[in-house]
Amino acid sequence: MSARRPPVVAVLDYGAANMVSISQALVAAGAHAVVATDAAGLQGVDAIVVPGVGAAAPAMVHLRERGLLEPLREWVRADRPCLGICLGYQLFFDRSAEGDAETLGLLAGRTLALEGAPTLPHIGWNTVEAVRPHPLFEGIADGSHFYFVHSFAPAPEDETVVVARTTHGRPFVSAVASGSLYGLQFHPEKSDEAGQRLLANFLRLVVAADGKVAAGGTGAVARGAVVS
Amino acid sequence: MLARRVIPCLDVADGRVVKGTRFVDLTDEGDPAELAERYAREGADEIVFLDITAAPEGRGTVLDVVRRTASRAFVPLTVGGGVRSVDEMRDVLRAGADKVSFNTAAVATPGLLTECARRFGSQAVVCAIDARRRPPRPPSTAEPVAVAGATTWEVVTHGGRTPTGLEAVEWAQRAVALGAGELLVTSMDRDGTRSGFDTELLRAISSRVRVPVIASGGAAGPEDFVLAVRDGGADAVLAASIFHRQMYSIDEVKQAMAAAGLPVRPVEEAAA
Repeated sequence: MSARRPPVVAVLDYGAANMVSISQALVAAGAHAVVATDAAGLQGVDAIVVPGVGAAAPAMVHLRERGLLEPLREWVRADRPCLGICLGYQLFFDRSAEGDAETLGLLAGRTLALEGAPTLPHIGWNTVEAVRPHPLFEGIADGSHFYFVHSFAPAPEDETVVVARTTHGRPFVSAVASGSLYGLQFHPEKSDEAGQRLLANFLRLVVAADGKVAAGGTGAVARGAVVS
Repeated sequence: MLARRVIPCLDVADGRVVKGTRFVDLTDEGDPAELAERYAREGADEIVFLDITAAPEGRGTVLDVVRRTASRAFVPLTVGGGVRSVDEMRDVLRAGADKVSFNTAAVATPGLLTECARRFGSQAVVCAIDARRRPPRPPSTAEPVAVAGATTWEVVTHGGRTPTGLEAVEWAQRAVALGAGELLVTSMDRDGTRSGFDTELLRAISSRVRVPVIASGGAAGPEDFVLAVRDGGADAVLAASIFHRQMYSIDEVKQAMAAAGLPVRPVEEAAA
């Protein structure tokens, strides 16, 4: 891909998300955003964003019905850039306690109900505290506010994937990264300047990953490998 | 730590912002998308559009407002007023809104909250409750929630013109059970009076539900926002006229809240 071409990002439409907001925020951050409703929609794209709000079980049904489950798994196994937001992030893990649904199994762990939360759903702007530095958060002050809307959050088994935590009642994992797989419990597309900067950082990682492939890199990093 | 939200509310009629006392003496104040973008720049944590378009043929205009706002302001958007069905809610969400607030329609058809929550998730369903104080009851008519002699509030609709007979605290609990993920509680005694929020009403509701409560009706100055959170237990505070008339900026309100020890998202972070 030429350095001048904006990265093409497919936003997975599986009937569970506000597609307008994430697409417009990606465009504002410098992407060419396309909406993918099936595997054909992933042809020629540089990255996939899995958005979503709502419940895990129906989301998995919709992904399966649209023939997106295996293409998405293959994409991540090949360590191509993929960003999960809110429900999209939760689906990366093995299971969700929300409806006891089996999810994608790309990361080890389960999605659990928030415990000890003073209010549920957890709605509003909360601080995201870095566990380790990561290029996704470059130029964003540690402890910046991002917008959350959820009642469940994943508990990764592998501590090395954890990038940031947030506390609502008790701390939970609000950002993960494993190779080119990134997950965010908050909504960068609704998080004003901090969110726009994070999306721009994601696009830089997409361009860098593409350069690696173009330069003859393997493009395949084992599950659990860490980019930093 | 979860910040307490400051939310400007824009009354929109036929695609334009109007202000004045809510339903009378409306004056045209410009383009809602532009004003929303300005509020976002000034640190608004969320923006509520209240569609008060009178004529049915003007209804579609709010979708255009949401569309234009969503492409420029990357903060949560809520639309209230006039949404009466799952399909209408879908159209509003597709235009780029994150939540829809139901008021009269929820009272008339409570099952609508359930249907919409099932389809779009509770987080997208806000139940707006307009409440008015009732005189204290004699002991003989005490109800389960209302302690005899204690203050109770009645739910009213149609901008306060229609009493419903519903007890506000009970309706709040029921709305949550039906699927509302948030409650927008407006005191009709205080709305437009600039005499402060009804913190007693807010506390009565926030202490009995687990979902976030947004306080509305009566803001006169930054101190009222502090009281709505501290005394009322509100998670977020909504106001219209004090922002539109530029009596106070969002920054001034947030600074007062921060000075009172309440967690807020600093405006400088928004504008960074």
